Amino acid sequence: MELLHAPVRLPTNLEDKLLRKFWFAAAAMIFVVSGGTSFAEDAVDPAAVKSEDGKYFDKEGNPTFKVGADGTVDWYTYSGYRRYHSECHVCHGPDGMGSTYAPALTNSLKTMSYGDFVSVVASGRKNVSSSQENVMPALGDNPNVACYMDDLYIYLRARAHDAIGRVRPAKKEDKPEAYTQAENSCMGKK
Amino acid sequence: MRKVLQATCLGSIAAFSVGAAVANDELIKMSQNPKDWVQPAGDYANTRYSKLNQITAANVGKLQVAWTFSTGVLRGHEGGPLVIGNMMYVHTPFPNKVYALDLSKDNQIVWKYEPKQDPNVIPVMCCDTVNRGVAYGDGKIFLHQADTTLVALDAKTGKVEWSAKNGDPAKGATGTSAPLVVKDKVLIGISGGEFGVQCHVTAYDIKSGKQAWRAFSSGTDDQLLVDPDKTTDLGKPIGKDSSIKTWQGDQWKIGGGCTWGWLSYDPAVNLVYYGSGNPSTWNPKQRPGDNKWSMTIFARNADDGKAKWVYQMTPHDEWDYDGVNEMILSDQQINGQDRKLLTHFDRNGLGYTLDRITGELLVAEKYDPKVNWTSGVDMNKSSPTYGRPKVLDQYSTEKGGEDKNTKGICPAALGTKDQQPAAYSPDTQLFYVPTNHVCMDYEPFKVSYTAGQPYVGATLSMYPPAGETHMGNFIAWDNKTGKIVWSNKEPFSVWSGALATAGGVVFYGTLEGYLKAVDAKTGKELYKFKTPSGIIGNVNTYEQGGRQYVAVLSGVGGWAGIGLAAGLTDPTDGLGAVGGYAALSNYTALGGTLTVFALPQ
Repeated sequence: MELLHAPVRLPTNLEDKLLRKFWFAAAAMIFVVSGGTSFAEDAVDPAAVKSEDGKYFDKEGNPTFKVGADGTVDWYTYSGYRRYHSECHVCHGPDGMGSTYAPALTNSLKTMSYGDFVSVVASGRKNVSSSQENVMPALGDNPNVACYMDDLYIYLRARAHDAIGRVRPAKKEDKPEAYTQAENSCMGKK
Repeated sequence: MRKVLQATCLGSIAAFSVGAAVANDELIKMSQNPKDWVQPAGDYANTRYSKLNQITAANVGKLQVAWTFSTGVLRGHEGGPLVIGNMMYVHTPFPNKVYALDLSKDNQIVWKYEPKQDPNVIPVMCCDTVNRGVAYGDGKIFLHQADTTLVALDAKTGKVEWSAKNGDPAKGATGTSAPLVVKDKVLIGISGGEFGVQCHVTAYDIKSGKQAWRAFSSGTDDQLLVDPDKTTDLGKPIGKDSSIKTWQGDQWKIGGGCTWGWLSYDPAVNLVYYGSGNPSTWNPKQRPGDNKWSMTIFARNADDGKAKWVYQMTPHDEWDYDGVNEMILSDQQINGQDRKLLTHFDRNGLGYTLDRITGELLVAEKYDPKVNWTSGVDMNKSSPTYGRPKVLDQYSTEKGGEDKNTKGICPAALGTKDQQPAAYSPDTQLFYVPTNHVCMDYEPFKVSYTAGQPYVGATLSMYPPAGETHMGNFIAWDNKTGKIVWSNKEPFSVWSGALATAGGVVFYGTLEGYLKAVDAKTGKELYKFKTPSGIIGNVNTYEQGGRQYVAVLSGVGGWAGIGLAAGLTDPTDGLGAVGGYAALSNYTALGGTLTVFALPQ
């Protein structure tokens, strides 16, 4: 795993630093469990079967999207749209459509498991050979990404399964209180 | 040694004296030789104009491919090759190879240089691993590598004579711009505006590679290399702490103001001109104040870097309108008076004309009618807001605030023009400008800074202006009146550098991969040819063996490679309908080729 070593300079307390280390540990564990760098052939049905605090889960317990009949999306899908278009679109293109140098995640997320997604985002990826030089940074140290991992996964999963189109979701569920608390704690906001 | 160099590399150039201090005179003379293309921007004035006239508006329709060269790299190919006598120097995106080809010997590769760089620099480059070209001076080829190393290669052999590390990629600093050789120094900027780097322009001694001076875009007066009483802004001294008092607390330390664009130089007054980029972050609410001196045109003394004048085009930027585009120097008459001018097509959609000696603002007009974030620049010299653009609340992302999506702002963050350089023809006194015709929604939100990680803070969505489908225009501009003289629509942003020639032809490349020739007076399309990949390189021209050649790098990528690869989003798209404008990926794929054209023999 490639880890971009950078000093973390943030006004956070020890608790939040531990939270981020938890992400790394969790990612590493899931990474090991899911058997390495190959994409798990994930034909898991993304349908939401349960929810907790405005977050939806599929039957395997992985985070997933929820789109209502009138197009209302769950908060995480909406938040993932925003976070994706800040941190990820500069390489992966608008709406997960890919660029000349990074793959279309609308494709990747068709088969990529939650565990693989988290580990790739956290620790990056290097595809350097004589014919290509594609390197993704390790974003696990970047709270602007690490604190929104599930949002990104849920948004891209929704895109990959054509549950939402290429535009900003017009209607969204309200931001859950539990979400605000977790976000503040992770980002180190007062 | 110099005689050998002369014979093998430089063709027939008048004898020049020994010593680095006159590298300046040597380069001035060389850049006046129309057979060569000695500097990345064509000449010190950045005109991208050639006196060669074998190819004319009448015969360019017969242009043919004369030869081609594959660079062996597949990423965005910005910039263009240098031609000095019978030698051509071709550079590539990361890993930043340099090839020296002998044009008199079937374009044989005389030497090749490939630096060893840590691939971990790749993800720190926001907008593809591009490079805008090498520079020549004092018998050396200068390359600015992605990892910020500035390396000096012996032009004859490619051997490394010295190298200097200009920045730290672990802190988000990288290198993409072309150096400029001025007298006994090599000048280079640095990238990292999306990573919170406190950016600068640095001058290195041409012989030893020792740092001569470094001028930051934001910081204390010592860092800025300014004189609070003598450095002026629209005629007034900037005063003490002109930068830090326009930032909150220590934010200027991660302030950006990056200098990854073009440098020009006026030898008569010994001033170097360039612009600085966006302040970090993209969230304006997180950095109150004017954020000086981001988005600023600098005029600096080449010997010690001291700023003579500055002018900030977009105070307290709210849209990522970097000010780094080329500063084209021209001598023209305005109202019957001879003026020494600087013309600059900014990302913010305004075409500026200034007096390059005093920094006086003469013209600031929109060079795309759709530009809407400002109603114009206050040109009233006695007004307290003289020189400031009037921002319209509707398109102000600051006014919209965090977590609110400000919609329909034109131009988009990639600007009405990005780094792709315009050309100026003294024959027509027109500027030929490759433009983007794209608008955006922009939603800022809070982000935190981590060294080496992106420090962005805004959600972006880009699309053509309402009711239109084309995303680029190639225009001719009158810098004295601030008017568009003619405009050619293009389906995609025109992301290549233009070339103007004495033959009355103007060249540019398109993102689908066409090399196009148009009439310099009317804009009428006279020739086009589809090269192997989309063009984001800069067209140039040279003469070899009595024939005029036109050369351009193809290899799609750059920022254009992102937004346009799969098509932009139609903002009026219904719920989940498959929309999006024509995708660039329907026209081209990755490539890395130099295509060289000439008239048939």
